[in-house]
Amino acid sequence: MKLYDIADLAVRNLRESIFRNSLTTIGISVGVASLVAMLSLGIGLQQLASRRLQKSGLFDTVVASSRRDLRNFRETREEGPAPAESPALDEAARKKIEELPGVVEAYPDIRFATDLRFEDKPHLTMVAGVPFSAKSNNDAFDGMQGSFFSSEAAAEVILQKSFAEELLGIKPKAGSDDTNIAELAKPLLGKELVMRYAERSAPPAAPSEAGSGELANGAAYSVVSRQQALKIVGVTDLDPDSMRGTARARVFLPLKLAQDLHVMQSGLRDTAPSDQPTYASLSVRVGNPNQVPAVEDAIKKMGFSAFSLVDATRSMRQFFAVLDGFLAIFGSLALAVASIGIVNTLVMAILERRREIGIMKALGASDADVRGLFFAEAGAMGLVGGAVGVSLGWAIGRLINFGTNIYLERQHFPPAQIWSVPLWLVLGAIAFSMVVSLLSGLYPAARAARLDPVQALRYE
Amino acid sequence: MELSDPNALAVRTESVCRHYRMGEASVRAVDGISIDIRAGEFVALLGASGSGKSSLLNLVAGLDRPTSGAVTVHGNNLATLSREQLAKYRLHTVGMVFQSFNLIPSMSLLENVELPLRFAEVDRRERSALAGTALERVGLSARLAHRPMELSGGEQQRASLARALINRPKLLLADEPTGNLDSRTGTEIMELIRSFNQSMGMTVLMVTHEQSLAEKYAGRMLHLADGRLVDDVANDNARKRSSAPDSQGEPQ
Ligand SMILES: Nc1ncnc2c1ncn2[C@@H]1O[C@H](COP(=O)(O)OP(=O)(O)OP(=O)(O)O)[C@@H](O)[C@H]1O
Ligand SMILES: [Mg+2]
Repeated sequence: MKLYDIADLAVRNLRESIFRNSLTTIGISVGVASLVAMLSLGIGLQQLASRRLQKSGLFDTVVASSRRDLRNFRETREEGPAPAESPALDEAARKKIEELPGVVEAYPDIRFATDLRFEDKPHLTMVAGVPFSAKSNNDAFDGMQGSFFSSEAAAEVILQKSFAEELLGIKPKAGSDDTNIAELAKPLLGKELVMRYAERSAPPAAPSEAGSGELANGAAYSVVSRQQALKIVGVTDLDPDSMRGTARARVFLPLKLAQDLHVMQSGLRDTAPSDQPTYASLSVRVGNPNQVPAVEDAIKKMGFSAFSLVDATRSMRQFFAVLDGFLAIFGSLALAVASIGIVNTLVMAILERRREIGIMKALGASDADVRGLFFAEAGAMGLVGGAVGVSLGWAIGRLINFGTNIYLERQHFPPAQIWSVPLWLVLGAIAFSMVVSLLSGLYPAARAARLDPVQALRYE
Repeated sequence: MELSDPNALAVRTESVCRHYRMGEASVRAVDGISIDIRAGEFVALLGASGSGKSSLLNLVAGLDRPTSGAVTVHGNNLATLSREQLAKYRLHTVGMVFQSFNLIPSMSLLENVELPLRFAEVDRRERSALAGTALERVGLSARLAHRPMELSGGEQQRASLARALINRPKLLLADEPTGNLDSRTGTEIMELIRSFNQSMGMTVLMVTHEQSLAEKYAGRMLHLADGRLVDDVANDNARKRSSAPDSQGEPQ
């Protein structure tokens, strides 16, 4: 039989027992829907996570540092020039790195432990400079209370939640971490912090306005104690500095301000003092995480050390592959049940149409014709069931997304797209549904084709 | 043309047997039957119920395979054909008519008659034209779109006859085609079959209970009993009539 005729007859047959076949098709739809809903959530979560990670700066950032600083405490096993010949990580080097292909910006990494006074009580913490560009590309500042720095060098700070709690004397209750960030921010925003810090200045030591000049132990520069008033403009729930592990800062000020203050940073020892500032390390932001290895290599070739966390994305991808696998298995269970429904429906159809099959064979239908007919019926149910199921799964995904966002809003979180149905999932789910249906049709079709026409026609 | 050659052999069975296993016992539905049927013959198969008429017919139709012996139709030994080839044989060489008409209830008459053409992969437009003409020949041109259930038994059997002949088979096998019809309608069907036998030179092998029908239409009568051929008589009476020019007022 021609393909068109097989399809035509199959559709007629399906229409003959429309109720039963519709029920079977609905069964397939539910199976496909659960598969699509599960996978669309998995994919959505993955996309959400990678968006977050990308914005967190963890995976598009290379940290470059001078090897000179490393020689004291690390066995030099890296390729490239020996540490002694390693160039200084100064402004010229920063400009050169910024010009590397793929690099968006390179900014000095400024962090120091210092004393912050709030209402005359000192609090010791780590402070870090944040580039102004973080306003738009660091997710941690997206959902914060208050606002980002008003300008590149504003005398303003943003506090991490845990430091805000410390200032207010709130101890986070064990087990519950949902101290309301809005409540925390209310008494703090607009208030003033006084930062006491050590300024590094080149000799001769300039007389300071605020404190007494103090010479550091024999070094070729002096350290002056200073203070700076800072206005609290924001409190963030997330941790913008999560990459730094134990050295992570809990207070953030504009990078430009931090640079201008010439804060003496711990661990930084200049061997060749000059007017040119040298940096302990630079954060190099790369436009696309894929370019990170190339930029890393280029920085190493320049004679600096470079490291990135790009490998961590691999384990994240691994995690989501496993998660998607599990979701797919659970989603497929319903489809497996539905496939039993197909087998059942078609076997019933064979019993019912026994005589008809006998007649067709007596009229000259080949085994292949009969098999094709039942196969086409299974395939048609799979196609329709797949299409309906994808729409249903899409709707379920939307619903879950909608519900989650209502919940997130209640919890004062920004809305998030945790659900995604890419085209490949739509087509793949329909194809998968058809494959499952055809596999289910395999047995009934073979059974129909094997049917003995003499026996079939004896029935009255 | 071989069909018009009166001496060409249409069907030959050689000690053909069909035994059914029933646990320990075995039923000998067909038990060593040898017959030769020439092309264009009109043969009636008579016998009591259970004598093996339908079983023999199914063997000739290629719907069933013999336990032993051979069935040869137009030089093809059916035993040598694959399932696929047997289907082709049924499609192109054989036309079948049954006592219970066996039209497919979900299809209109036109679609029923078209069905063998679908299996033969005939083009759609050509198909409905052919089926239309075939139904016209049996006087059903006004009922093309009707479903079988909306027709009388005689009309259904006429449609089924149109379907059996749509592929212009060399061999028409009929299993009690008038068994469910009253005698007047039965005669109508028999007249149709005879007209096709004569106009197309088609060989007819027809199972029937009714001696009178056989005597009236068949040129040869085979009597079966317990799966064996017990009598093979020529019926010159019917043969004379069938070779005589149309005097019976057949439809077209
Ligand atoms: N599938 C089968 N299994 C067992 N026995 C069968 C089978 N088919 C037919 N028979 C037996 O074979 C014998 C011949 O059956 P068949 O149908 O050929 O008879 P028949 O001459 O056509 O009878 P009727 O005039 O009633 O149609 C019967 O005794 C029947 O019971
Ligand atoms: Mg019978």
